[in-house]
This record gives sequence, structure tokens and C-alpha cells, in this order.
Amino acid sequence: MKALGPILAVVAAIIALWYAAAVPMNIAEVLTQAERAGAVVEPEGAMNRRDVSRFVLVLRNTEHLAESWSMERARLPAPHQIAKELWVSTWDEEVNGRRGIVKSGSLSNRSLIYHGSITLSATIVGFLIGSGLGILLAVGIVHSKTMDMSVMPWAIVSQTIPIVALAPMIIVVLYSIGVEGLLPKAVISAYLSFFPVVVGMVKGLRSPDAMQTDLLRTYSASKPQAFWMLRLPASVPYLFASLKIGIAASLVGAIVGELPVQRGGLGARMLGGSYYGQTEQLWAALLFAAALAAILVWLIGWIEAKTLRRMGVTP
Amino acid sequence: MSLVLLAVAVWIGAWAFNGWLANGRFSGFASVHLAVPLIFGATVIVVWELIVRGLAVPQVILPPPSTIVGAFFDNFGILWPDFVQTFAKGALGGYAIGCGAALLTAILVDRYDFLRRGLLPVGNFMAALPIVGTAPILVMWFGFDWQSKAAVVVVMVFFPMLVNTVAGLRDTSAMQRDLMRTYGAGYWQTLFKLRFPAALPFIFNGLKIATTLALIGAIVAEFFGSPTRGLGFRISTSVGALALDVVWAVIVVAALTGTAFYGAVAWLERRMTFWHPSQRK
Repeated sequence: MKALGPILAVVAAIIALWYAAAVPMNIAEVLTQAERAGAVVEPEGAMNRRDVSRFVLVLRNTEHLAESWSMERARLPAPHQIAKELWVSTWDEEVNGRRGIVKSGSLSNRSLIYHGSITLSATIVGFLIGSGLGILLAVGIVHSKTMDMSVMPWAIVSQTIPIVALAPMIIVVLYSIGVEGLLPKAVISAYLSFFPVVVGMVKGLRSPDAMQTDLLRTYSASKPQAFWMLRLPASVPYLFASLKIGIAASLVGAIVGELPVQRGGLGARMLGGSYYGQTEQLWAALLFAAALAAILVWLIGWIEAKTLRRMGVTP
Repeated sequence: MSLVLLAVAVWIGAWAFNGWLANGRFSGFASVHLAVPLIFGATVIVVWELIVRGLAVPQVILPPPSTIVGAFFDNFGILWPDFVQTFAKGALGGYAIGCGAALLTAILVDRYDFLRRGLLPVGNFMAALPIVGTAPILVMWFGFDWQSKAAVVVVMVFFPMLVNTVAGLRDTSAMQRDLMRTYGAGYWQTLFKLRFPAALPFIFNGLKIATTLALIGAIVAEFFGSPTRGLGFRISTSVGALALDVVWAVIVVAALTGTAFYGAVAWLERRMTFWHPSQRK
């Protein structure tokens, strides 16, 4: 628990900074609104204020500052506004809303749970395909010298390439041959998680040192036996490290894959929020995606801890 | 159909040749280590060309490599401004600001143990998040031009760089620090003469991770709005017009840029950390 203190202090500092930043970020809109409502604002008229620095506006209109934390469609919504939006678009929408799961029996298409589940299913399917293929390729690379020398350099080079640039094309091409919905996004997710898993898994399968492989040779172990009893168990820590990178990349892939075709999902929700200036919606979707990423990475870490304990790597 | 059969034959032939090279008596040569992946890459491109032509795959699904190369040279005049906009302005600007800020923050974090214990878990957490999602917000704040792309890049590269640098600054032994103390070195002297050079391998690791992130950030941010140039803008408009050969040409530009950027940082690393065991030949 001693470790928690500094973390909480830093988080509290970030939130305090956020509230402080919201004042100058929103001041211009706040003053326009206050002036329309009949308040005296210094200097008068939106045109006159346009060229005045935000900080000067803050200093000269101290009585209006509190309103910048309750603006609608603010440039920077305050944390409590985003928290409220998160609550409204998850629990409130599903339980009390007309289209929510309690009243209509299916998830509301205005709730983040609905959009999050779309993104999550594409992420998981893509991640399973990508990491499965990655592990298979890694096994091939370790066992075939030809594959190792031909494919491995390209797998390493591919990590320096912004693969995500392919995403819009994959979506549109698959759409034009009639594949739509979950699969195109899953393809992008799979693609993004594939290469980190290949590289990490090859490293892991090669991690047994000469002493260990020599020992198995003195036992006259066959190649499959050496694989199942030495290489595969030795690769597990490396595998989990790259799976964590892979699932985070998969989520990014699914979100980016939702940008070109607006059929629901957190990416579509973010783009919609930015088109219509619904900043609270945008921030809520972003935080929801962040929470999703954190849960997925934590889940893999949890499975890792369990597996390593079962294998006897950690006590 | 004969083209498809030819593709299969080329594939088998090249694979067998590579197998002979890799497992034969020349496999130890450095030139073979360079040739085998190049032959493999060339085979993939030839097979792609033959299959696309043999099966008459429509242009809007997969253009053959020859068309892509043609599109690359035909559109060089628009690809160059795109490259300048996305890489030279957005990605490089953000990369310099983000990595510089992370470096300074890391020195601060390293100095105060409280900050290290508080900020580092938060930084580790942030490094795993889909930060690219901040792109629409930053585009809203900084406008459509390269400033917003640079801002996305700053946010993306900051945390991986911070975490790596802080880890690097702690990578000196008590013996080495004690030696500095016996020399009467102060904090700053110890920092610049011992700990900063010792941290360089870690810093370069962060810088290398950040190269890819910078390009991803700059390209994806353009999907949320950009002036009428930029690699991401070109991809999204060309996809909309089903000009897939142009899209592939842009992807070639992005791939070459990413590899060259990474290669440049790796070259700098070799020059500056020649003393480190991992760089010795």
C-alpha cells in the first residue's frame, strides 16, 4: 500500500491540472455565453476579445471562471462532466433509457457498452487469429533454416513500418468484395498483433541456452520432444510479453478500422463526436477505450501470472 | 491460367533455391544472409504480379506491383509534398518535441524518488493505452495543419520514451557512482559524465520505438482532418476514389520512410554507443 501514495498524488495532480487548464481553454466561449445572458464582460463584444490572449481574459473576468467547468460542448470538458457522460452513456442509458437493455431487451445503440462490445469482439477475434498465426510462423522459423533466413528479416523490418496505414484500404477492399461487419476490422487487428508475436515468440523459442539443448541431446530427445519439453515452456514468458503488446495493437487496429465505415464501435463514436463537436462524447469514448485496453492488458498479465505459477517459474 | 502455374513454379523454384542456399555449404557467408531475404522478397513480388494478372483480379481489389511502381513515379509530384507535410513537419516535429520533453521529464523524475514512484506506473499504464484516440481532440484544438499532427505524435512518443529513459538513468552501479563521489563530482557532473552516457542504450531503445509511433500518429491523425496534402489524407481520399494503385504507392512511401527513419536512429546509436556490449562485433 506504500506504493499507492505517490501514484494517487500524481493522479490527483493531473486532475487538478486538468481543472486548471479547462479555465483558459474554455474562457472565450464562456464569456460569449455570459455576455448573451446579459452579464458585463471585459472587454465587450466577441470581436474585441478575439485577439486578446486567453490568460488575459481569465484575469480580467474572474467572476465567470466557474462556468468553464459546466459548459456544454466545451473545448476541454472538466473531469466531472466526462465522468457524468460516461455514467449517462453506460449505466443510465442501458437501465433507464427507452432503448436500453432493461426496457428493450437489446443493448442501446447510443450506449458505450454497445459500441465497446463491437470494438471488443473485433479486437478479440483479430488478436486470436493474429497471435495464433504468429506462433505458428515462429515455430516454422525456428525449425526451418530456410524460413528463418527468408522471412525473419522481413518480420523485423515490418515493425518499423506504420502498418496501420493499410487499415482504410483493407476495409474498403473487403467491403467491395462483399465482406463487411466484424471480419475486416478483425483482419486489421490480426495484422497488427501478428508481427510483435512472431518476433517475441522466435526470441522465446530460441532462449534455451546451449547447456540446456546439450542436456536434451544427451538424453537423446527427439526434435518434437525438445520442442514440447524445452523450447515451448521456455518461450512462455516471452510469449506473454509480446501478447500484451499485441492486444494493445489489436485494439488500436479495431478502432482505426472503424473510422472509414460508420457502423458503430468506439472509433465511429470518436469520429462522430469530433464531427459534431460533442466533446464529452468524444472524451467518454476515449476513456472507455483506455479502460478497455487497461483491462485487456491486465487480463493477459493475470493469465501470465497464473500460468507461470502453474509452471513453477514463479513461486 | 498459365501465369498462375508459372507463379507456382516460380514460388517452388525460388523456395528450393533459398533452401539450398540456407542449408548448403555457403550458408555461413554474409552475402548469402543478405541474398536469401532479398530473393524471398523478389519472389513474393513476382508471384503477386503473376497471380494478379493470371486471375485478372480487378484493379480495385489488388493492383499488380508494376502498376504500383508506375503510380509511384506518375504521382511523384504529389507524393513529395505529402511526404514533407506528414513526415518532415508532423512526425519529425512531434518526435523532436516529444522525445525532448520526455528526456527532461525523465531527469526530473529520476531526481525525485517520489515522482519516480508516482509517475512511472502512470507512464507505464499510459504507454499501453490507445493514445492515437486523442487525435480527434488534438485536431480540434490545434487545427487541421501539421501542428495538430505534431501534437498527436508528442503524446504518443512521450511515455515510451519517458519509461525507457528513467530505466536507463538508473542503470549505473553503486560502485560507479561511488567512484564519481570520490572524484568530488557534483550531481550535474555525475549526470553528464556517468549516468547519461550509461543511459544511452536505453534512450536509443526508446527513440527507436518512437520512430514507428511517430509515423503512425502522424498518419492516423490525418484521417481525422487535414489540409489537402499529407500521406494519411492521400490514403483516405484515394481509397474513397478507389485509386488503389495510388494508395499502395503511398504505403510504399510510408514503409520506406519508416524503415529509413528507424535505420537512421539505429545508425546514430551504433555511432554513439559503440562501447556497449550489444554493439561490439
